[in-house]
Amino acid sequence: MSRVRQAVLAGFAGVLVASLVAVAGPLLPGEADAASRAADSTQLRPVSDFAKIRDKQKRAIALFEEAGKVITSPRCMNCHPAGDRPTQTDAMRPHQPLVVRGEHGLGPPSGLACTTCHHQANFDPAGVPGNPKWALAPLEMAWQGKTLGQICVQIKDRTRNGDKDMAALVHHMAEDELVGWGWHPGEGRTPAPGTQKQFGALIKAWAEAGAACPKG
Amino acid sequence: MAAFTLSINGQAHAVDVDPDTPLLWAIRDGAGLTGTKYGCGVAQCGACTVHIDGQSTRSCSLPVSAVGDRKITTIEGLSSKEGRAVQAAWAAIDVPQCGYCQSGQVMSATALLEQNKAPTDRDVDLAMNGNICRCATYVRIRAAIHQAAKSLEG
Repeated sequence: MSRVRQAVLAGFAGVLVASLVAVAGPLLPGEADAASRAADSTQLRPVSDFAKIRDKQKRAIALFEEAGKVITSPRCMNCHPAGDRPTQTDAMRPHQPLVVRGEHGLGPPSGLACTTCHHQANFDPAGVPGNPKWALAPLEMAWQGKTLGQICVQIKDRTRNGDKDMAALVHHMAEDELVGWGWHPGEGRTPAPGTQKQFGALIKAWAEAGAACPKG
Repeated sequence: MAAFTLSINGQAHAVDVDPDTPLLWAIRDGAGLTGTKYGCGVAQCGACTVHIDGQSTRSCSLPVSAVGDRKITTIEGLSSKEGRAVQAAWAAIDVPQCGYCQSGQVMSATALLEQNKAPTDRDVDLAMNGNICRCATYVRIRAAIHQAAKSLEG
C-alpha cells in the first residue's frame, strides 16, 4: 500500500473515530481523554482507567488486552518468532540477511552471529539497532502466530517463561533493558506504545487482579 | 572530533574523527587501509567485514568510539593459517570476478574456518549469506572454502 494511500486511509479513520465520539454525546470530564487514549495506538491507557471495572477477572483481562498493544507490537514480536528466523520492520518481514537463532538465540556458532552487525547500542548512521542483550527470545517463548490469549497463558507458564514467578515476570516487563529497547528503537522505527513504566504498571495491575487471560 | 588509538593488524593507529564515525571510515580514511570496502553502509552487504578479537564484524555498523582496545584485523593483516589457506584457495580457484566484495568474503570465510574446521554446505551458506556478490561468484566461494578446509586437514 502506498504511503499516500495509507495517509488518506489513516486520516479517514481518524475522522471516523472523531465522528463516532462526537455523535456519542457529551462526555464526562476525563472520559474524553480516556476515549482519545483508547483510539491512539501509540499510547497506553493508565491503570486508573480500569478501576471502574468491578469484576476482578474482567478487569484483569482488560488490563492484559491493553498491555497486549505492546506485546503484539512489531518491536516485541520481531524477536519472538515461531521459527528460527527473526523478522524485522513494522511489516515484520523476514530478517535480511538470513540469520538463524543458533543454540542460544545469538546465531549459529560459526555462522552469522547477531553481533556481526548488532552492537551495544543503536547506531543510527547505519540504521542498525543494538543493545547489550540483543538476542532472539527462546523458541518456547515464541509469540508470532499466536492469539493474545495464547500468549497470556504462555507467559504465565513457568516451563515456557524462563521459570519466572509472577513477581519476576512483572519485574522483567517493567525493568528489563532489552524489553525497554522497544520504546527506544532508534531512528526510523516505530516505538512500542506508551512507556515501559506504563506497561510495567499494567502488567503489575493485571497480576494483582488475578492474571486472568483473554479467551481464544 | 576526538582522538582514538586503534589496534589494527598489530599496530597502533591514531585517528582523529567524530566519535560516531563508523569504524570502516576510521580504518580507510584514518589509518589509510583501503582493503576494507564500503558497500552499502547499512550492514546489508558484508563488503566492510573485519575481525574484532577474532569475530567477524561489519565495520560500517560500529562507531569508532565503541571499539576500545579490542584488536582489529583487516584484509591487509590476515595472517592466520586459516586466512592463508582461504587466500590460497581463492587464488587457486580464481574466485573473484570484479573483486569488490572479495575482501569481505575472505574475512567471513576465514572467521568461519577458524571456528569450524569442516563446514558443511549449510554451514557455509549460513556463515556467508550476509556477504553479497554482485558477480554471483557464490559457487566458487563455496568451493574455495571447502578446498581451504581440506588443505588445513593435515
